[in-house]
Amino acid sequence: MFIRQKMMIQTAAAGLLLGASALAAQAQDTVKIGLIVPMTGGQASTGKQIDNAVKLYMQQHGDTVAGKKIEVILKDDAAVPDNTKRLAQELIVNDKVNIIAGFGVTPAAFAAAPLATQAKVPEVVMAAGTSVITEKSPYIVRTSFTLGQSSTIIGDWAVKNGIKKVATLTSDYAPGHDALKFFKEHFTAGGGQIVEEVKVPLANPDFAPFLQRMKDAKPDAMFVFVPAGQGGNFMKQYAERGLDKSGIKVIGPGDVMDDDLLNGMGDSALGAVTAHIYSAAHPSQVNKDFVTAYKKAYNQRPGFMAVGGYDGIHLIYEALKKTGGKADGDSLIAAMKGMAWESPRGPISIDPETRDIVQNVYIRKVEKKDGELYNVEFETFKDVKDPGKTKK
Amino acid sequence: MSADHGVGEISLRRARWGHGETAFWLIAIAAIFVFSDRYLILTEMAWLGLFALSLDLILGYAGIVSLGHAAFFGVGAYCAGLLAVHGIVKEPVLALVVAGCTAMVLGFATSFLVIRGSELSQLMVTLGIALLLRELANKFSDITGGFDGLQGIVIDPILGLFAFDIFGKVGFIYCLVVLFVLFLLARLIVHSPFGLSLRAIRNNPLRAAAVGIPVNRRLIAIYTLSAFYAGIAGALFTQTTALASLDVFSFERSADLLLVLVIGGAGYLYGGLIGAVVFRVLQDLFSSWTPQYWQFWIGLVLVLIVLIGRERMYRGVMWLPRLAMRRMASPNRSTP
Repeated sequence: MFIRQKMMIQTAAAGLLLGASALAAQAQDTVKIGLIVPMTGGQASTGKQIDNAVKLYMQQHGDTVAGKKIEVILKDDAAVPDNTKRLAQELIVNDKVNIIAGFGVTPAAFAAAPLATQAKVPEVVMAAGTSVITEKSPYIVRTSFTLGQSSTIIGDWAVKNGIKKVATLTSDYAPGHDALKFFKEHFTAGGGQIVEEVKVPLANPDFAPFLQRMKDAKPDAMFVFVPAGQGGNFMKQYAERGLDKSGIKVIGPGDVMDDDLLNGMGDSALGAVTAHIYSAAHPSQVNKDFVTAYKKAYNQRPGFMAVGGYDGIHLIYEALKKTGGKADGDSLIAAMKGMAWESPRGPISIDPETRDIVQNVYIRKVEKKDGELYNVEFETFKDVKDPGKTKK
Repeated sequence: MSADHGVGEISLRRARWGHGETAFWLIAIAAIFVFSDRYLILTEMAWLGLFALSLDLILGYAGIVSLGHAAFFGVGAYCAGLLAVHGIVKEPVLALVVAGCTAMVLGFATSFLVIRGSELSQLMVTLGIALLLRELANKFSDITGGFDGLQGIVIDPILGLFAFDIFGKVGFIYCLVVLFVLFLLARLIVHSPFGLSLRAIRNNPLRAAAVGIPVNRRLIAIYTLSAFYAGIAGALFTQTTALASLDVFSFERSADLLLVLVIGGAGYLYGGLIGAVVFRVLQDLFSSWTPQYWQFWIGLVLVLIVLIGRERMYRGVMWLPRLAMRRMASPNRSTP
């Protein structure tokens, strides 16, 4: 009886050892990516687009690169930073992920930054757009955009195109403040005038009272920044209040005209001019293929969040190719710095100094093509760096 | 006279430390060694449990409903964060007490508003206070960091000896110790004559007033204490995660807390702790299984819990252990 027990324990132990060594061998051959995005709550559309894009990329390019199998572990943080931090920490400590990626909102990216530094794990920011994010850790790389990139461009454009008085409506959080700051700098420097400044709470998508103030201020145009996902609601209320007939044009960074909602906004969105990094109507073969594949797989149009995710996973693949499969943080970050490629949005690269993205910014106007609304690009500003850092 | 004696007897028996309770805390201590790769979620359970305990004190014992308990949690969290950022109180345990006391002051100040009305107005008032604080924190972004949260929180080692590690072991043990100490205090309080008078108030405030219990003063006292507990929970949250953002005040946090108490059951102190464990386990299971639709499954479980009834489920779960206990106990009994 006693001997049998002992034998059983021995076999069990041997089994465990075998299992463990098998696991370890497997771990060496896989590169794990912890994808932390909001899949529930107000920012869910961001997370879904990124998740979709990452899956699509992996379908197209296979799940092995440089002899390593890529494994993506998807986690939902509901855009709450303490969830993000816990999930990132668990992914790094327990799942031993090589890379953390995603991050739907700025606070989430901030929360994970100290972990990236401490554990030397690259943090690929695929969505959050506040300028300072990449300065929070030497292991952060961004494949989305910064609000400064698009806001300065639209500021310059507005001055040049005879817009003199502008009222602003921005969401009251870091990206909104960034958008307003950069727009104001460039717009007033060119002689423009801000007649009314309104900040709307992020968590309260009722724009009606704010829109009334906009209407009373009688500006030439209104500068609008609301995060991706709130644009549809905004344009609906914009039309309800009759602002579309009052001659007050909508200008702004392109978040408000996000492609995945644009078609549902109706004709009131026609003529809105925005500066942004991606349009589903971008006339390149790479983009056409991307849009067709995305539509086929998910039956909807990709927005700029999807492109951020698509480029993020591409960057990881390419970095792994460059390091020959070496997946430690320092080699990956070194490989990512200066990487340049053709994305669906156009040519982009990673600035080797700031680890932030350098890309074209396009001025687009909402027009109807084949019965659907699109942001049609008509002017290009090449290789725009994040103005929040170039100044220093 | 004999009835009086009976009541005293019953409350004395309830106040005694049971085997189940010893087992509960032994399991909690065992968790340090058994689940060494899940310290972070265990830490969350610990502070969530303390937070739920604080709601249980007012809901389960005094019958005050609250949808804005996150107000005190948030004040505690920001207080601990600010103390650490500006280096005012460096030592975590001391900072914890300061944060708790700040929340307590707020609790005392707002208790006068809360005890005025019926249940519905209590819900509205507590909800309003939490929303108000959230907006204030958003407005004074130069102090609180606004929507991005407080940046640069670095927590010093506990008592200057134990530094918080990346695995969260120190954080968990710290939370567990604080939870245990405050639990003991709560246990003493609810079994004291003061605690019994609270139950009388919960069952029938008019009658309680008629037998000479100062209803309002008792309610203010327990509400203030509960705010202290919530503040400590918030401070633990900030100290273990080094985060404080507007979400600490969010309505979801208050609502989740009610769910925790619904799962665990109110009015026996362990409800909050068990609820916190079950809630986090469910959340973790479902959200790693289906990151997109886990809320559906949580909702389903909640509906089931309410439909089946906790009592019946408890009996179902305890059926096997009880059977085993009876089996083991029966030979002893048959010997004489």
